[in-house]
Amino acid sequence: MNNLKAKFILKNFIKVLLLLFAVSVAAFALMTASPIDPLKANVGQAALGSMSQEQIAKLEEYWGVGQPPLQRYIAWFRDFVRGDMGISLLYRQKVTTVIAVKLGNSLFLMIIAWVLSGLIGFLLGSLAGMNRGKPIDKIIKGYCLVISSTPAFWIAMLLLIIFGVWLKILPIGLSVPIGVEASGVTFLDRVRHAILPAVTLSITGISNIAMHTREKMIDICDSDYVLFAKARGESSWQIFKNHGLRNVLGPAVTLQFASISEIFGGSVLVEQVFSYPGLGQAAVSAGLGSDMPLLMAITIISALFVFGGNFIANILYGVIDPRIRRGGVGR
Amino acid sequence: MNNRWNRRKTLVLWLVIAVVFLAAVCIGGLFCEDAARATDFSRKNIAPCLKYPFGTDWLGRDMFARTVRGLSISIIIGVCAATFSAVMAFILGVVSATMGKTADTIVTWIIDLVMGIPHMLLLILVCVACGRGIKGVILGVALTHWTSLARLIRGEVLQLKEQIYIKTARKLGKSNLYIAMKHMAPHLLPQFIVGLVLLFPHAILHESGITFLGFGLSNEQPAIGIILSEAMKYLITGKWWLALFPGIMLVITVVCFYTTGENLRRLLDPASAHE
Repeated sequence: MNNLKAKFILKNFIKVLLLLFAVSVAAFALMTASPIDPLKANVGQAALGSMSQEQIAKLEEYWGVGQPPLQRYIAWFRDFVRGDMGISLLYRQKVTTVIAVKLGNSLFLMIIAWVLSGLIGFLLGSLAGMNRGKPIDKIIKGYCLVISSTPAFWIAMLLLIIFGVWLKILPIGLSVPIGVEASGVTFLDRVRHAILPAVTLSITGISNIAMHTREKMIDICDSDYVLFAKARGESSWQIFKNHGLRNVLGPAVTLQFASISEIFGGSVLVEQVFSYPGLGQAAVSAGLGSDMPLLMAITIISALFVFGGNFIANILYGVIDPRIRRGGVGR
Repeated sequence: MNNRWNRRKTLVLWLVIAVVFLAAVCIGGLFCEDAARATDFSRKNIAPCLKYPFGTDWLGRDMFARTVRGLSISIIIGVCAATFSAVMAFILGVVSATMGKTADTIVTWIIDLVMGIPHMLLLILVCVACGRGIKGVILGVALTHWTSLARLIRGEVLQLKEQIYIKTARKLGKSNLYIAMKHMAPHLLPQFIVGLVLLFPHAILHESGITFLGFGLSNEQPAIGIILSEAMKYLITGKWWLALFPGIMLVITVVCFYTTGENLRRLLDPASAHE
């Protein structure tokens, strides 16, 4: 049994490594295929306008502009394995430092949104599924339909108008107050600045998990064991606690872990609206400025999160659902 | 009411309303091209009123015309990308299910790979690779959206292959083409069409997202994402109508596509008749 589990984990681990490698190759190929010359694009930018000829030559040498792509990829890969992701052209800092700062900001946001949307979505979905066809189900269904058809950035803009511009109770952007030294920023300030983006992300994240939970819940409510439970006189809460929750939790957890990719995508848009200095905003400016090393690193980090999420979901499923455990984990 | 309108009729009614709305936006967009660009400084920054239901922007452009025009561009791009994506999904799904184990492994692996990169990020990468522009947007949206439909089709074909009537047909010596046309297609086609229609809303949402971020189209082509990103700059000055109405129209459009897809699914799928 233990052996099987270890084998399963090892197999998945190797698969993730291979996929990560492929992600890096794909991202590199896409960046290389770009007709925008990374050096030209950046030298043309105001931030790098002051560079001297020698510096440009140095950068060209560093990036091996004349070299074939394969060699450049190998050089990049060798550095990457050693933990050196290169130097971001836009921020003129090591990519690792840029990412460490931005990831910290983004994670703060995404974890709040992820937990909130997961819990609320699960509750709403269960509620709708247990009360199928009743007004509350229709309301939740309608909400989900509208929210899943609404672009995240537009919700962000609406919240910004309402809370930032009209009511003036929440800041309109950035992750810290303007004109305050880094040491003077309190944790509360950061929370205040993260409220709007996190709420936006949660609102958009809820619909997906709620809809799936609802559907699973309807299946469960149609089953014979729930019918029998009703016949025994169990209350709705008992049915939910004894039958619904246990059966619906597994798929819901898997889905929530799989939704990391979507939260990430949403954060790209939301961070842009709130000018929140996170990973998503860095990805956009890296893309617009053809900052290859940064964009590559962000792609790989985000892929790591997605694969890691799926991996954890696979393992957790076994923990939650004993049937999977007994049936052999590796299947 | 209930006696005269059964469920199927209501579904068809909603379907027709959605399709008419979408067609109206598309056709309206063709006629709004000039109105969307016309600037008039004597009427700038007008809040919504009877004459300009969506207000005007800082250049005096009629936001209603711009919104309709932008939506029609977005819908056309979304439909192109989704169709492209669905065809890709169909081919890869069928290949994966019928061409043996190696092909299957490769295709599922590619699906895992594409799903591993967050959609928005892959979109950015593809847009950069195409040097930004309409081509990058269509290609990017197409490349990111085929995975789930491909999985669905693969599963469906794998399941169909094991069905007794198909095995019997094979034993009776029917050709592959015959089986594909007579037995497979009637099952797959409705699923494919529904999958295609349900891809539209996603495609449009992602298209508006990527143009909002500044990849893709230029300001000359006011796609809905561009209109909204321009409105962003004027949000803080309190010009809420610039963002509100185009957004609402976008949401309505996407909801229309969703309901069209869902209703089509219910109409075409006999199993859901008893719901």
